This record gives sequence, C-alpha cells and structure tokens, in this order.
Amino acid sequence: MGYLRKCTAAAVAVGALTWAATWAVTPAHAQKTLRAVMHSDLKIVDPIWTTAYIVRNHGYMVYDTLFAQDEKGEIKPQMVDKYEVAADKLTYTFTLRDGLAWHDGPPVKAEDCVASIKRWAAKDATGQKMMSFVASIDAVNDTTFTVKLKEPTGLVLIALSKPSSNVPFMMPKRVAETDPNTQLSDFTGSGPFIFKRDEWKPGDKAVYVKNEKYKPRAEPASGLAGGKVVKVDRVEWRAISDHQQAINALLAGEIDYVETPKHDLLPLLKKDANIKLWDYNPLGNQYTFRPNQLQKPFDNVKVRQALWYAFNQKDFLDGVIGNPDYYKTCKAMFVCGTPLASEKGMDGLLESNFAKAQALLKEGGYDGTPIVLMHSTDLDVLSNLAPVAKSLMEKAGFKVDMQSMDWQTVVARRAKKDPANAGGWHAFLTSWVAADITNPVMAAYFNSACDKALFGWPCDPEMEKLRDQFARETDPAKQKLIAEAVQIQATQSTSHINLGQWYQPIAARKSVAGILTTPVPVFWNIAIQ
Amino acid sequence: MYAYVLRRLAATIPVMLIVAVLVFLMLRLTPSDPAAIIAGDNANSEQVAEIRNRLGLDQPILTQFVIWMGKLLHGDLGESFFFKKQVAELIADRLEPTVSLALFTIVLAVAIAVPLGVLAAYRHGSWLDRIVMGFSVLGFSVPVFVIGYLLIYVFAIELNWLPVQGYQRIGQGVGGWLQRLILPAMTLSVVLIALIARITRTSVLEVMNEDYIRTARAKGQTESRVLVRHALANAAVPIVTVIGLGVAALIGGVVVTESVFTIPGLGRLTVDAVLARDYPTIQAVILLFSLAYVLINLLVDLTYTFFDPRIRY
Repeated sequence: MGYLRKCTAAAVAVGALTWAATWAVTPAHAQKTLRAVMHSDLKIVDPIWTTAYIVRNHGYMVYDTLFAQDEKGEIKPQMVDKYEVAADKLTYTFTLRDGLAWHDGPPVKAEDCVASIKRWAAKDATGQKMMSFVASIDAVNDTTFTVKLKEPTGLVLIALSKPSSNVPFMMPKRVAETDPNTQLSDFTGSGPFIFKRDEWKPGDKAVYVKNEKYKPRAEPASGLAGGKVVKVDRVEWRAISDHQQAINALLAGEIDYVETPKHDLLPLLKKDANIKLWDYNPLGNQYTFRPNQLQKPFDNVKVRQALWYAFNQKDFLDGVIGNPDYYKTCKAMFVCGTPLASEKGMDGLLESNFAKAQALLKEGGYDGTPIVLMHSTDLDVLSNLAPVAKSLMEKAGFKVDMQSMDWQTVVARRAKKDPANAGGWHAFLTSWVAADITNPVMAAYFNSACDKALFGWPCDPEMEKLRDQFARETDPAKQKLIAEAVQIQATQSTSHINLGQWYQPIAARKSVAGILTTPVPVFWNIAIQ
Repeated sequence: MYAYVLRRLAATIPVMLIVAVLVFLMLRLTPSDPAAIIAGDNANSEQVAEIRNRLGLDQPILTQFVIWMGKLLHGDLGESFFFKKQVAELIADRLEPTVSLALFTIVLAVAIAVPLGVLAAYRHGSWLDRIVMGFSVLGFSVPVFVIGYLLIYVFAIELNWLPVQGYQRIGQGVGGWLQRLILPAMTLSVVLIALIARITRTSVLEVMNEDYIRTARAKGQTESRVLVRHALANAAVPIVTVIGLGVAALIGGVVVTESVFTIPGLGRLTVDAVLARDYPTIQAVILLFSLAYVLINLLVDLTYTFFDPRIRY
C-alpha cells in the first residue's frame, strides 16, 4: 500500500497548503466602502431610456435634479438656486446655483438643463403632459433658463420634481442630445457619486465613488431634497440574486445593506444584534389589479364594477406580506399619507360584499366567460396576489382561469391586445412604488386615453377631461378636489383597483447609519461607523 | 488518428448548426418580449414598440435568423440587448470563474472519488465499502442547491471559516481565489464524487479477479502497486468515460451553483440572460456549451488510446 500512502500524504499536503494560502491572503475590505445588494442587477444605465427602478436608483447616484421632494413631499429647489413664476403664470425663470459641475470638470450650464428636460419629456408620460402646455424652453445665459407656457399649468414643478421613473435627471448637453430611444454611452453626470464604468460588471457589481467636487446644498438632507452629503468613499452594488444568500452574506458581514429582504426572512434578521431594519419609505407601495377593457367581459362596466365589491384589501395583504407591521389597508387611490389622499367614493367598496358583486355581474349580463388571470410566480411580493384574487372572484361568481408564468412573461403578454383565448389576457396584478402614483397625471393607470393608455387600455373621455383639468390647475386646494373627482370616476369606470399599501424595510448592518426617509433608496448621508 | 480527429471535428459543424436553429426557434417561439422587459414596468405600448424596432425584433423570424447566422459566420456573436456590450466580450469576461470552478471541481472530485472507489473495491463488503456506497446514494439523491445551502450554513455562517458568496479573480491573489472556490467546488463535486467513486469501485472489482492481477501478486508485487499499476490502469476506460460525462454534466451544475454562490461566470450569465430574454447572449452561451460538450466527448474518446493501446482510430 506504499503508493496509496504516498498519494494520501501528497493530497493532505496540497490541502494543507491550500488552506494556509487561503488564510494568508484574505483581503481586507476598505473601511469606507458600502457593499449593498439591490433589488435587481444593474444591466441598463440610461434612466431616461427605461423606467426600471434599478436604473432610476442608479440615476440618483450619478445625476442631480433641478427640484426634489422633501420628506413631507414638498417641492424644494435642488440644482436650482431660485425660480420665479410670472404674474400671468406663463413664464417660469430658473437660476442654477453656484458650484455645479459635471464629473469631467466643466460647469453645469442652463443649456445642459434645457437639453436634459427635452430628452426626458420625450419619454416620460408626465413630461409629455407638461410639454403639451409648453411653448418654449430656452437658455437665457449660462445659469438661467426659462419655460414659457401656452396656458397656465400646475404641472411644471410637479414634473421637474418627479421622484420616480422617469426622473428628470440633468445631463451634459452633448449627452442629453442623444436620441431618447438610443441608450446613453456617456455616463457623465453632476450627482454626488461617479459611476465607475470600468468596474461595472453586469451580473457581478456596479461601483460608484464619491464625487469629491460635488457641492451639496447647505440645508440638511430631507427626503430627496437638501444637502446630498456623501459620507463613504465608495458604494458597491453587488448582484446577489438569491434572497437567502443576500441575507447569509449580510449576517456574515460580507454585505452591509440589503434593499429588499424577503418579508418571511425579517424575523431572522430582527433576532440578530448586528442587523438593523430601516423603514425608509413611509409611503411604501400599492398593490393593483388591472383589468383588460378590450376583452369581454371586462369591456362591460358593470362586470368591472363587480370587482370593487368582490375584493377586500386585507386578504391580499395577508396573503402576500402576512405581517401587519408591513402593510396597511388604505382605500385612497393616491396613497394614504400624501396630500391628495382621500376616501371619497369608496364607501362600501373593497369590503367583499359578494351579494352586491353577484348582482352587478347579473346586471352586466356576465355569461360565465373564464377570466384569464395572469399569475406571476417568480417575484415573492407578487406571487400570492393572483390566487387570492381568484378565490375572491370565484366567490363573487366569476369563472377564473389562472395561468401561472414568470413576471417577464406577464410583462410581454400584457402588451398583447389579442383575445384572451388566443394569447391575450383579462387581468393581472402588480405593485406600484407609491411615489409613482401620488397624482392623477403621474399615476399611469388613470390614463384612460384608449389606445394611448397603458395595457388594459381603458377608454374614458370623462376621466381624461378630469386629468386635463388637474394638469391645468395651479391651486393645490382645487387640485385636491379634482383628484377626488378622478377617484370617484375611477371607481365607476374601474381602470384599476387598489389593493392596499405595503412596506419594504432595508436591512443593514448596525455599523451603517444615516439611511434617509425617501420614496426611493439613496446613498448620500449614509455613513459606516 | 489525425483523420479520425478531423472527421470528428467536421462532424461538430452540423451538430452546432442544428443547435443554433433549435435555440433560435425556441427563443422566438416562447411567449416573451425582451423589448417589454427593457422598457420597464411603466412603459407604454409605443415605447415598447420603439425598442422592439431598434432591436430588430419586429422583423420576420426568418430575416432575424439570416442576420444572426450571417454575423455568426463572420465570428460576430452580436451585441447583448441589455448590457450594451458585445456578447463575445461578456463571455470572455465570464470564462475565468467558470473554468476555475469546473477545473477545481474536477480535480477535487477525482482526487477524492478515485481513491475512495479503489479502496471500496479492495475492501469489498467491509464497512468502508458500505460507507462509500451509502455516500454515493446520498450524493446522487440530494439536489445541488440543498448541498450548497448546508455547506454555507456550516462552514460560512456557523464556523465562519469561508465566505458565503462571491468570486475573486486569480490575478487578485491565489488565496482569495481558492477561498471563494472551496464551497462551490465542494457543492458541485458531491454528485461527481458519488458517480466516479461508484464506477471506479465497480470497474476495479471487475478486474480484481483477472489473471494478470493474480500474476502480479505471484510476482511478489505490493498490494498498492497491484491496485494502482494493474487494477486501476486496466479499469481506467470506464472511469475516464464517467469523468468525461461528469465534466459535461458540470455545465448544468455550474448554472445552479454559480447562482447560489454569486459567482459571475457563464452559468450566472445564462440565468441572467434567460430571465431577461437576452436572445443574443442566450444563443451564444448555449452554442458555447454545446461546443464544449462535443469537444469533451472527443477528448474522452482520444484518451482511451492512452489507457488502452489496443484501441485504435
């Protein structure tokens, strides 16, 4: 057995050397590097070209905005130093603050902002609406530009401070002149972080370093407004697609920050003394049911209205989130906690009154056509919604054909206008970040412009009239009244149904401090202690 | 021999062509739309249509196929829909982690499984044999991701000896590179060890009663020399075959393991590309895997001549 003994000895020696080498060369982590796991890997880096939330988050790292909403949702200047609105409300004059500079050195000029607004407005629905009122946008000099309107609108500041996709990020003129339908290849911004393109490896990590030249506003950070003071040298977004592994890495100290830990893993994190959960987004997210109005039976308003009586929010929230600490029933379509929140028109709705739902189905002449309900199975925060909807709809008298698929298939299929039995669909459920839906113009599911509306294609001239009224109105009190009218109209036409709010805490190591209360995750103000 | 190798290499061309057609068609016939995914959740139909047009996805399937094949024949794998990078560049970037993991796994599996199989055969019917066979059954039965999570729990979270996830390039230090490969390689190698150990045991057992073994013992050779020089060498052909099959099977295992351990290799790229419906990347990666599979089989066939001089091509 001499050979075997020698072989065994050699194997043990190799193993021991490997082990020793392993420990001898363990790299130390830089102290000021924040290692974060975001909800998704960063694959696209043009926040105007796509509405994907991870790209929006990337945008907040690299770019700055003219205006921003603070913690209370109030609009505050960010890159803008001061602005004036003419007495006739037809001219807005904006002056940029001192010290703004692009990552490659030159100062930010008014002409850069003009080009950036135009590129953003070509893609974004709120921007398009705003531009329908705009006569011209012109640079007056290097630091001043004007927006001249054809008629007054309250949309200008709302649009320029839009917190979520697509955000009006400012880019150098040469970059902003890129065709809006072509992805950017120059990632120069003026924001608090610089994107390290050479270290970006999709599927592995995206790296940002502190922009040493960035001059934050003097005010303390509040929401997305105030001083964007960077307190770390480097932020790395590590792509860990497996939820359990992200949590394992956090517990082991290999990661400092996890943006979207699964709700059923939160008890595990709460037990660990080294971990803190941050409820950073008090508005949270809103679940939504979207019927396809092109297809029978949802082309019938009575059948759609029956859904308001079939559903109740608690069943959905219990079914998906489970823990009441992380959800809230809220009938306000413009999200509880926002200036336009109201329960007008919601009496008796969302209370699972099956008798009333059945009566409406009968009144609408529902013939038992099976409802093709798309069930996305791969996203934890969505996967249990469709089974709950199926159960409630069946109790109300619907026949439901729930078809399971991954979310990307839902995304592809929902764009199809074919009949449900030929590859089309009747309904699906999704979730909106609350910041996207706080007024009737931004909240895209209220768009009822038939073919120009989002998938589901509601066609309601009355709703469009109200949305236009909202866009024209400049008085906040009157805007609120119009928003209430919009909500009442929505309960009648049933473009969509809101199914409650839910909250997603960030999990971070105790050493991480200063996570801001914002509608989207941002990395300024965060320190590693 | 050379004529055989050339014939086999030539035979890969129709195989690759069939794979290319099948992959292309399967992707186009599945209910998915990369343009809708790229556009994001809040995009309207017009925005999605614009992107579809930019990517050429609104053209007939045949036209898309001809364009893709034309580029492929010129060595151009195309540009990723998502990453704004050439697919060849993406693959080159991901090759090192996958090759490192595969090689480390194979070395680990062979180093453990062959001695275990030989010992089990030598101690046929003993407790050692039963343990090896029991381990084999377990190795086959437990899914890769379960083994992965168990190893992570024990070695990374409880004992804190090894990192939970990640990969370090060999150029950044051999120590860190090895440190991050141990757990994924152990995870992947379990099923290979089970397979190779079992085949080694059976093959060695079969030759242990051959005349030449008896002759070797009669000549006074030590048991270890009899086992390694005579028994194992003559039992090598089926063992090499199963190692070859194991390497090919690794391709599937790598996809899961790289995802679990967050290794930015080809397996992870495949998963990401499939989830994002990144057609050019999926097509290229599957072609590459198919080519690897074919070449590994060829290599295994050629290895037979080394272990058994009676085999001629």
